[in-house]
Amino acid sequence: MTTPSGVPLTEVTLDALRAGKIDGDEIRATPATLRLQAEVARSAGRLPLAASLERAAELAAVPDELLLAVYTALRPRRATRAELENWAARLTGHGATKTAAFVREAASAYAQRGLLADG
Amino acid sequence: MASRRFASRARRPLHRELLVSPYPELGLVASDGPSDPLPELVVENGAVARLDGRAAADFDIIDRFVVAHGLDLGVAEEAMAIADEELAHMLVALDVSRPELVRLARGLTPAKLARVIGRLDAVELMLALKKLRARRAPSNQAHVTNLKESPALLAADAAEAARRGFAEIETTVGVARYAPLNALALLVGSQTGRPGVMTQCAVEERRNLELAIRGLVTYAETLSVYGTEPVFVDGDDTPWSKAFLGAAYASRGVKVRFTSGTGSEALMGYAQGQSMLYLEARCLAAVRAAGSQGVQNGSISCVALVLSLPGGTRAILGENVLAAWLDLEVASGNDAIASHSEIRKTAKLMGQFLPGTDFVTSGYSVMPRHDNTFGGGNFDADDIDEWLTIQRDWQVDAGIEPVAEDELLRVREQAARAIQAVFAELGLPSVTDAEVVAATTGYDSSEMPDRDRAADVEAADDLLARGVSGLDVALALDRRGFADEAEAVLSMQRQRVSADYLQTAAVIAADGVVHSAVNDPNEYSGPGTGYRLEGARWELLQALPNVVDPALLAGMEEAGEPIVVERGESARGDDPTEVVVAVGPAFADTIRATIADLPHQSVLAAICDGIRSEGAMPRLVRIRRVADVAFIAHDGARLSGSGIALGLQSKGTAVIHRADLEPLDNLELFGMSPLYTLESYRAMGRNAAGYARGKRVGPVPTELDNFARAKLIVTTTLLHARETQAVRGGAAAVELELAAPVASTVASTQA
Repeated sequence: MTTPSGVPLTEVTLDALRAGKIDGDEIRATPATLRLQAEVARSAGRLPLAASLERAAELAAVPDELLLAVYTALRPRRATRAELENWAARLTGHGATKTAAFVREAASAYAQRGLLADG
Repeated sequence: MASRRFASRARRPLHRELLVSPYPELGLVASDGPSDPLPELVVENGAVARLDGRAAADFDIIDRFVVAHGLDLGVAEEAMAIADEELAHMLVALDVSRPELVRLARGLTPAKLARVIGRLDAVELMLALKKLRARRAPSNQAHVTNLKESPALLAADAAEAARRGFAEIETTVGVARYAPLNALALLVGSQTGRPGVMTQCAVEERRNLELAIRGLVTYAETLSVYGTEPVFVDGDDTPWSKAFLGAAYASRGVKVRFTSGTGSEALMGYAQGQSMLYLEARCLAAVRAAGSQGVQNGSISCVALVLSLPGGTRAILGENVLAAWLDLEVASGNDAIASHSEIRKTAKLMGQFLPGTDFVTSGYSVMPRHDNTFGGGNFDADDIDEWLTIQRDWQVDAGIEPVAEDELLRVREQAARAIQAVFAELGLPSVTDAEVVAATTGYDSSEMPDRDRAADVEAADDLLARGVSGLDVALALDRRGFADEAEAVLSMQRQRVSADYLQTAAVIAADGVVHSAVNDPNEYSGPGTGYRLEGARWELLQALPNVVDPALLAGMEEAGEPIVVERGESARGDDPTEVVVAVGPAFADTIRATIADLPHQSVLAAICDGIRSEGAMPRLVRIRRVADVAFIAHDGARLSGSGIALGLQSKGTAVIHRADLEPLDNLELFGMSPLYTLESYRAMGRNAAGYARGKRVGPVPTELDNFARAKLIVTTTLLHARETQAVRGGAAAVELELAAPVASTVASTQA
């Protein structure tokens, strides 16, 4: 298991920190690690948790601002169908295809339930 | 007419609460509401056509989400075909495993889940919860906040919580901009108390995510869901937005737990006429479908509303069971104040406390409840000894460890010093030595020196703007010589890289090992299986700081000057004016004072005074063959020329007896020895003499303290053990004389 730039976990030490070899951005799970966690959840029979961790693996590469913008758009009556489609496309652009599909699915449900913003 | 007993009861704290009868139209019904739909699942061409009374076209967002992401059609037909009673039976049957029940739950609709839970009674629910909990061992979560948002006090309280064994610690803010500072204090304090404790700062989602990205927090349970569409939407979310947010948190290495609970829909005005438990079943189905590893439920902030209804406590336990059945980690409430009544509050707690849940409370207030800015504090700092004692009483691990005062003071000071160092190193407004001292020893935030709050919030903004991270905190600790704390904070950063704690019901041990339902699952299947409080952990949880070694209490008293001397075996007297004072085998020997701490020579002097004052003659004998006060007195009476004796056990219990009565009968019994004074013993002597002289005797007025037994029963047992150790079976009574005249301790024989 490594940090995003490939530093092995065993080398995340105080010595390395003192030497300035690692910085804060390094301290997070890689998409590969999150996919591995999804696999662990799947083998334990926890399919929705596995699906969520797969979305997390995709979102690990998505910038913070986009993450928060998509969350806001998914809140009730914040976005039109076209806007949600646009956010889905942006996610796809970052390789987050499963999450993009999830957003499109939300758009359909919102359309049925009157939860889209007035276009 | 009015009853003064009703009036007295009406003044009890319980009666500050309003109890109401069910009102299903407003959702004021705990479970099995008259309008709850019958369980229904119709699948056509692989798609759900009807669910719990609704056709697909009418599905609301919760139905749609559960159908799309939760309901497992591969098992639904099999599971839905099982009768409610049969499923209920399986929940408590020890030969039906948790994995099998979890498998079936994936195919059950919310209405079915709620109906099955509704078939279980209180004890069955507890057994089901014990069986269905996700993680092998229960644990607990703490709240750490204070009104002044004092960083030194937050750090000290977090350290105490961690040292006491809480696996998670949650803080929040009074003023939103404080969030980074509070999160920082919690991180440093918690890792000082015990490495591996997870922390969160409950704030608005964007801010929360920011703290997570910086590595200042490791979990979030702010993701609320509701059981009806209008309430969900009023909460400004949908199942999709919450599920997205959950994945977003996980992508930043944050353990995610959703929050739901009975009563919220009624409180928010859109229960749609359905019962609290049914609506919670819908919440939990959505939580599972959203891919949350767990849930904080158990009514949480609405607990007092649910408790206003019949079956409310049972429904809350039911929702915990339901969450566990759905394979979710459960942080089981008991945080918001449930009742003004300590009895009622504790009775409610037992539903989670005895079976054990993943987190028995979702926030035990480590500080006094008036410093709890969550509005929590159902159990708080002042209740900890009760909690520990109840764990010890039941031999149950509810996640809090006893810690000696010295050790807690050490840990609290170390944490306050550590946050002082981190603030200095990171250029934050300084934490003074006076703050460190007050945080270490103080009771609450009122004792904390005031800080420049404007400077603090500016510094908090700056902290985020500078991008200070968990690594910077570790480095700051390291530079200031806090090596262990630096390593612990860094270890939490490593945890974020490996992300094992994203699995169900994960907690982190002090050695950094993650324990979750994956690698340490609950496999309870009856006596001798699953988590049992035994061995070293049981030793730890029974060794409360206030526990006393009875061997020390039971030791021999220091020998002093002899009080009495023995003058040979006793024979029956023939003086009709004599009253025998018959003392127990250890009297004035290995026991030298009563349980009320009256010296035996003074007690004898008072009794003899009393006897003489009524014109009778005291005669002292020691009964050696028996330690029971009735037999001591009766043996004495049979030696007495008047047939009357006052029997006296060494601890001070006394009986006036007459030779012709059955041993276990008596003239007067004085069983409240802790309450007696020398004047009491003088009065007993007067009465004994009165009987001997054939006078009319009114019984000595006695006081009654029904708590004396609870307070002194251990001491009584130990004293009595010493009395029985002095018994010599078959030995005759012996005559006693006072060894030396006692300087009168008696104020006045005429009193």
